[in-house]
Amino acid sequence: MTGNMFINYSLLILFLPVAAFTIQIFIGKRLPRQGDWVSIGAVIITLVLAIAMFASMLFGHDPNFSQEASFTWLDMGVFKIELGFLVDNITITMLLVVALISTMTHIFSLKYMEGDIRYSRYYAYLGLFTFSMNGIVLANNLISMYMFWELVGVSSYLLIGHWYEKDSASDAAKKAFLTNRVGDIGFFIGILLIFSSLGTFVFSEIYDGIAAGQLGGTVLTFAGIGLFLGAMGKSSQFPLHIWLPDAMEGPTPVSALMHAATMVAAGVYLVVRLFPLFTPDALLVIAYVGGFTALFAATIAVTQNDIKKVLAYSTVSQLGYMILSVGTGAYIAGFFHLVTHAMFKACLFYGSGSVIHSMHHALDKKHDHKTDPQDMRNMGGFKKKMPITYWAMLICTLAISGVPLFSGFLSKDAILAGTLSFASQNPGHFLLPVFGFGAAAITAFYMFRLMIMTFHGKPQMPEIYDDIHESPKEMTFPLVVLSSLSIFIFYTLPYFNPFSDEGWFSEMIVASDSVVPGNETAHYIAEGIHHVHYYAMALSLIVAALGIFLSWTMYFKKKISADGWAKKLKPIYNLSFNKYFFDENYNQYLYQPFLKLSNLVAYIDWDLYDKYFINGFGRVTKLFSFFTGRLDYDGLDQTIIDGIGRSTRRAGGVLKYLQTGRLQSYLLFALLGVILLVLFQSF
Amino acid sequence: MDNLNTYLSIAAILFSLGMFGVITRRNAIAVLMGIELILNSANLNFLAFAKFGGMNMSGHIFALFVIIMAAAEAAVALAIIINIYNNYKTINVDDVRELRQ
Repeated sequence: MTGNMFINYSLLILFLPVAAFTIQIFIGKRLPRQGDWVSIGAVIITLVLAIAMFASMLFGHDPNFSQEASFTWLDMGVFKIELGFLVDNITITMLLVVALISTMTHIFSLKYMEGDIRYSRYYAYLGLFTFSMNGIVLANNLISMYMFWELVGVSSYLLIGHWYEKDSASDAAKKAFLTNRVGDIGFFIGILLIFSSLGTFVFSEIYDGIAAGQLGGTVLTFAGIGLFLGAMGKSSQFPLHIWLPDAMEGPTPVSALMHAATMVAAGVYLVVRLFPLFTPDALLVIAYVGGFTALFAATIAVTQNDIKKVLAYSTVSQLGYMILSVGTGAYIAGFFHLVTHAMFKACLFYGSGSVIHSMHHALDKKHDHKTDPQDMRNMGGFKKKMPITYWAMLICTLAISGVPLFSGFLSKDAILAGTLSFASQNPGHFLLPVFGFGAAAITAFYMFRLMIMTFHGKPQMPEIYDDIHESPKEMTFPLVVLSSLSIFIFYTLPYFNPFSDEGWFSEMIVASDSVVPGNETAHYIAEGIHHVHYYAMALSLIVAALGIFLSWTMYFKKKISADGWAKKLKPIYNLSFNKYFFDENYNQYLYQPFLKLSNLVAYIDWDLYDKYFINGFGRVTKLFSFFTGRLDYDGLDQTIIDGIGRSTRRAGGVLKYLQTGRLQSYLLFALLGVILLVLFQSF
Repeated sequence: MDNLNTYLSIAAILFSLGMFGVITRRNAIAVLMGIELILNSANLNFLAFAKFGGMNMSGHIFALFVIIMAAAEAAVALAIIINIYNNYKTINVDDVRELRQ
């Protein structure tokens, strides 16, 4: 495959979903089966193309492969904007992830969304999302990335609010959109800071400019933090994490596709893509935000009872990991975790969707509409009833907990090694590995808590237990595919060592050096990681085992009473259970004062400014207009304009009687005229 | 008696009579007869100038042409009058006043 074909394939991958979107939105309802086959066909073609690109990347064996194609979007002399596409190994891998998860979601939704009132609309928005996500992945410049970034935000908004008749869903959609807005302002400021100094939006030109020293120091730090703010919003990092758990109001397949696997990874992708331009200070901010988010969200996930909320906070925590690894310089590890996490987290969400689906049907049969089908306290013992879901989720749980032989172990291990190496080089930042390892232990703990509460033990609602069934094939197929992709072997080929992340991934996707003068080189960072790799691995194994063991004794063996500990640690438990009162505090200290300020501004605007200034101005204008109007209308129009017309008309009225219609009178007039002429002639 | 002015005077009287007829008559046929008078007054002038004014044969030729033209004009005019009669059931020119405002 030549380079040009890569670009052509990428363009197809980009535009097929949007074609499906257009068809669905306009004529989807009138097509047979509401047109779901259009969307599914489109994404399956993109998946095939993505696999083809991926295969030729693997067989190309070129770690530095990169193809760019650009065109001029706007040319105003000095101000010129070039848009374009960049295809390199990171892009190709990401395209495959997006296409794969998107396809799985389309298939999963076949049954999950069956009979939905806006079935074709739902598929249309999935197509729009896939298009926007691919746009972000393919962008070679900040402007088109920003556009697709916003498009992703829009499609996320539309899908979270899919059931907008429910107030909670429409509120969650608004919350997601507005919280993202905060981050996006930072993103935009970052873009403008870079553009004002370098005059370009294209990544490679920005890197050249920074390497040449045209932009640096504090400005670059702030530009980096601005860009990172965008990533914080989209990847739901502390303190902008509040929207993601609420976004679970959307349909579960959407949660899997967007709020677990791909869309929230856009923030991580952004920082991975732009890693070379971050200054050490900006990277430190990134590392601390990510590390803190990882631990903080994990502590919330521990006490949640809603199966999707647990997974949502787990997602926030895992995204924190990825961000943390970018901050410590081991950003390829972060990207690696993005890929593996996309597989197992999407699978976990499908699993939860499958459980919720069957809970829902069972409750429906009993005409019970009060019980929450997502509450894990109503589950238990589902292992026998839903074996495929159980085993798939178990594999993914092992993967996310960092157990060897599964993909999560490799990527998590790489991230933790990165933090450990960073802390060993900068002992002042010992907190970063503490965040990382702490979060790893807690992750293992709450994921097994979820598994045990859902699938093991006695059924908590025996009356519905008989109606719990395994989900249909359309729903188990994605589970099987994605859980198999959570096994280490897919990431270490052609090697078979489950304890090392050596493989096609580490060979094909290599870190590039930072272009900021004074930053450590990729080689130096890699050396450091290599140095501490075994300590990190041992430590991560220990913490994962600790977490799993604790969960096992507490929830499976019931040796330790979970409720008892919750009572003993009441204040901490309450904090965690109520998500550290973030929503409440935001409401009290941010929204309410802001509302008051807005009310005050509105008062000044409406009651003072409008009433006195605007209206006064209006009144003066009115008066003035009245006089000029009189002058114009009565003075000019009536006398000159209409006067001429009127007199013409009057003259016509008089003279029309001369037109008698009798030829003879005309002739007489003509004769008189001739006589007059003759008379004038003679005198 | 046998000089230009006598002929011109007679022609002028003939023209005036013709004009008077054209202007005052109600009957379209009579109007047509007035026109014939006017044409003949012109003919008389041509012939007078042919004899006294040096127009010579040209005057005679002109007069012949006018007679031919008058015949043609009479044919056309009578056709028009027949059409007017067919449309209005009258040949009174006062009743044909479509040109009025």
